[in-house]
Amino acid sequence: MRKVCISGVGITKFGELWSRSYRELIVEAGLRALEDAELPGESIECLYMASMGPGMWVSQEHAGPMIAEQTGLTSIPVVRVESGCASGALALHQAFIDVASGKHDIVVVGGVEKMTDVGAKEAGSIINTMLDYEWESIFGATLPALYAMMARKHMHDYGTTREQMAEVAVKNHYNGSLNPIAHFGRKISVDQVLSSPLLADPLRMLDCAPMSDGSAALVLTSKGDVEIIACEMASSTLALHSREDITTMDCVVGSSKKAYKRAGINPSDVDIAELHDYCTIGEIIESEDLGFFEKGKGGKKVAEGVTSLNGSLPINTSGGLKSRGHPIGATGVAQVAEIYDQLIGRAGERQIELLDYGLCCGVGGSGGSAVVSIFRRR
Amino acid sequence: MVGPSRIWREAPSRYRFLGNRCTVCEEVYFPPRQICPKCRRASIGRMEPIQLSGNGEVVTYTVVYDPAVGHELLTPYILAIVKLDEGPRVTSQIVGAGLSEIMIGSRVKTVLRKLREEKGGGEDGGSGDGSGVITYGYKFVLDGQS
Repeated sequence: MRKVCISGVGITKFGELWSRSYRELIVEAGLRALEDAELPGESIECLYMASMGPGMWVSQEHAGPMIAEQTGLTSIPVVRVESGCASGALALHQAFIDVASGKHDIVVVGGVEKMTDVGAKEAGSIINTMLDYEWESIFGATLPALYAMMARKHMHDYGTTREQMAEVAVKNHYNGSLNPIAHFGRKISVDQVLSSPLLADPLRMLDCAPMSDGSAALVLTSKGDVEIIACEMASSTLALHSREDITTMDCVVGSSKKAYKRAGINPSDVDIAELHDYCTIGEIIESEDLGFFEKGKGGKKVAEGVTSLNGSLPINTSGGLKSRGHPIGATGVAQVAEIYDQLIGRAGERQIELLDYGLCCGVGGSGGSAVVSIFRRR
Repeated sequence: MVGPSRIWREAPSRYRFLGNRCTVCEEVYFPPRQICPKCRRASIGRMEPIQLSGNGEVVTYTVVYDPAVGHELLTPYILAIVKLDEGPRVTSQIVGAGLSEIMIGSRVKTVLRKLREEKGGGEDGGSGDGSGVITYGYKFVLDGQS
């Protein structure tokens, strides 16, 4: 396989962007990525775009050609990619294969979601389509409720505390307060998390990612500042209840094992990571399933500050889904944009020093799919 | 939009807990599967129906305050993952119990209940097609209750 590198990234503001449309957002992110890579638009040979459900969010399926037309790229292939909340991460996976194979030399990966054009109830219904409709949704499950059941079991089996989960949100909001594009720029306290409204006991509103608008894009080439040394995907049961262990995301375990093997590194070699904190417990579980910490110790490590900006393994320096925001299709791409900025040393106040390896983990739904990617500064 | 055939098709499982079993590896499935994901083609023609008891144990649970669409009137409700005695696990609500009565490990048994109703207009978050289709299915009660 040929080397695959990132040579530029672009990202829009994340948040409730009432004046911005779906198509405007992805065009903006794409233009910024090309400027960053110092490449002309006509050099792009293929476009991968991640969007979880534009047909539901903005009544627009067949979104690929729309984006190609907006950017004057109708003569090249445009491929829409979907895997729930892991859509952006999977688009990277497909683009990685494309460049690695030698089919195309310059490929753009974009991710976008416009989630605030629908009301709260409709938004809830759309999020619920990532669950097992027939055997979870119909019975009254929601995505936060599934994460709450993981949290309850993790607390029961390993003694993880309510406060430790709150520390994930506190840390990510702190990081987000230093990220100009973040949906939420404010810091929060453990007390604020613990007194926010219950969504699904034990999880509260400030444990869960918001509904955001936003877009991010990357330019992949065979040479660039940051090399993608592994990009692997695995899936698991769609329904949480069918998993052997409710507190383990098999797909994260499976995709990360393959990724470490391909990259030729161990979990302990990773210097910085962007994980999928759709709910606070998600970041804790993934930090264990990725092999960073022993099973059951993830919550303790967060509370000890190991994953903070000044800790030994900073996680979600961007603010994560919780604070940077979670425009679903854009999320997996935004994670990579943060790792890229960190590895080339332009993450501003969030900058972590002396980095070799970065990792991104995108998770679909309650853990039905995952993509793990590993990056190295060149 | 949830049409009647989509609900009717799953009735044997949702109403009567009908699952199936792979006679190659003995794994029990609920809902029934076309093939055994472990034995794949070797299981073709060797999947046998099995009646599950509907009795089981709470693996984990939550109390939902921000409900799924169509479940607003029940809020807050207890949602649980239940491991059935025959092996498969399912997600549904536990009814007729106080919010503090449920624990991981609680024994539960099944009851047939109304799950959802498709109402008109969309103001209830329903499909807006006015079909009035009602979905029935299993919920659970604590063992010893009726």
